[in-house]
This record gives sequence, structure tokens and C-alpha cells, in this order.
Amino acid sequence: MSDAKLVGIVLVSHSAQVAASVAELAKALSGGGTAVPVAPAGGTEGGELGTSAELISAAAASVDRGAGVAVLADLGSAVLTVKALLAEGDELPTGARLVDAPFVEGAIAAVVTAATGADLDAVEAAAGEAYTYRKV
Amino acid sequence: MLDADFFRRWMTATAASVDREAERLTALDSPIGDADHGSNLQRGFTAVIATLEKEAPDTPGAILMLAGRQLISTVGGASGPLYGTLLRRTGKALGDAAEVGEEQLAEALRAGVDAVMQLGGAAPGDKTMIDALVPAVDALGDSFGAARAAAEQGALATTPLQARKGRASYLGERSIGHQDPGATSSALLIAGLVEAADE
Repeated sequence: MSDAKLVGIVLVSHSAQVAASVAELAKALSGGGTAVPVAPAGGTEGGELGTSAELISAAAASVDRGAGVAVLADLGSAVLTVKALLAEGDELPTGARLVDAPFVEGAIAAVVTAATGADLDAVEAAAGEAYTYRKV
Repeated sequence: MLDADFFRRWMTATAASVDREAERLTALDSPIGDADHGSNLQRGFTAVIATLEKEAPDTPGAILMLAGRQLISTVGGASGPLYGTLLRRTGKALGDAAEVGEEQLAEALRAGVDAVMQLGGAAPGDKTMIDALVPAVDALGDSFGAARAAAEQGALATTPLQARKGRASYLGERSIGHQDPGATSSALLIAGLVEAADE
């Protein structure tokens, strides 16, 4: 592989299990050729259902390779907390962005796209495009 | 003029009333939410008081910005980023003045409420904290007491509304007939201004 910097992916869910499992699923489906940095940020620090600003900040820092970080969130406080952290300015790495996408399908599209070495705009577009995939 | 001590008293008074009313807030959150509003805010404001004591910020703006940041970090539910943004933006608008006038506070709080509306996408009438905060900010030019009355009235007036934001909106018409927990806690925050001024 080239040493092009990869976009990092953060998956924020109310549930630690959901975030971790979606991260695992997306990485497995990306083919495993390139190690896309993916970090889950699920639940509260106490292991309950909810959202933790600390876990989100730590996850974003851990996947930041300098090419930007795409953050996907499930709903409610997960989305609002990411937005509030982005508004703060210094809580998330430069180039971190909340990506408007369905959580599971978007995460898979984002990781697969990031694995190609695509930039943050392309990762965001791929994740958002997952909304248009109809099942019926 | 309102100095740093006033803003510390405001946060202390709000923390105390959230503590007192936590069970009621959670009870209001049971039929239309996920029954955690009281305990979430209690955790948040307890952390706010602890961090204000530890870091001892000495201007009105710094106090509110630190309090807001702490709420975002510790609440764990949607009220964390919403109240956190409210206080942080209000604090930011106050700048680094050692004392601020009541008019300045009213203006800053309006900027805070605008930021909350932008963050959550809620408008007046959606059965949210905005329904208590907007009338309170409108009345703040008259007096803190008028703002408290307007916030309480606004919270009561959410009962017949159908929720259009947050988890309660999934309930559609079934959200009608319940007072909104967020508007109720917002009224406690505004009431804290009166308590801070009385002391």
C-alpha cells in the first residue's frame, strides 16, 4: 500500500455493543486489505445506554491520521453531542466532520471507501449515498 | 450589575432545584421520553458545581462556558449538548467582562437560545425547552421575576402540544396531554436567576 493518509471513522451509538459491532461489521466487509482506522464510541463511560462526549473525543483522536475524521451517529443525543463538540472548536481533531448517513449502511460505505485511500469528501459522499439504497 | 458571584449563585440555585425536582422531571419524562431527564440533569449540574469550585473561573462568561462544557461532558442524554450549548453560547456572548448588566445578560441569553434552536432544529410550539426559554428571554427585559413567570407559563403551555422533536415526536398524537420535561427544567434554570438575585 502507499503511505497515503487514511480518513478515520468514528461510530457513535447510544449502545456500546451497537457501535462496536457496526465497527466490526464494516471492517470485515471492507476486505481487510488496508487497515482503516475505525473506532466505536458507544454508550456512556459507565457502560450504560447514552452518549459520552469523552468517549467521542477519545475515539476521534485515536483514528486521526491527518486526513480528516468522518463521524457517524445513530440519533438524538449522539447526533447533538457530536454537533456540540464540533461547535466547540477544540474538542475534536481538525478536519473532523459529522457525516449525514444511515448508521449501519453508511458506516460500511464509509469504511470501504476510506480503504481505497479516498479523501474525506469522497468518504462523506459514499456514506450519504447509502440513504438512496432502497430495499423494496 | 451582575458579577461572577451572581452567576455562581445562579448555577448553585439551579443545581439545587434540579436536585429537588429530579424525580418529578424523570416522571414527566416517563410517558413521552426515556425516563432519565431528572437523573441526567442531576448528574450534570452536580458536576457543574464541582468543577466551578475546583477551577474557580472569575468572570460571568468563563463561569457559564465552563458550566456548559461540563454539561456536554456529563449529562449523557440530549439535554447535555442542548443545555451545554445554551450556557456556553450565553457565556461566550458575555465575553470577559467582570460584571455585566441585565440587558447584556438578556441579549447573551437570546444568543444562547438561538444556538439551541440551531443545534436541535426546534422552533416554538414543537413541545421542547424552547417553549419555556423563548418567552423567558422575551420577558427578561422587564425583570427576572417576569422571565420566571413566562418560563413557567411556557412550560405549562406545552401540555396540549404535539411533540415535533426528539424521542417524544415518535409518539405523534400520544404525546399530547403531557407537560414537556425539557421545558419544565428550563423553567427551573430561569427561576434560578430570581434566586441568585434575591440572595
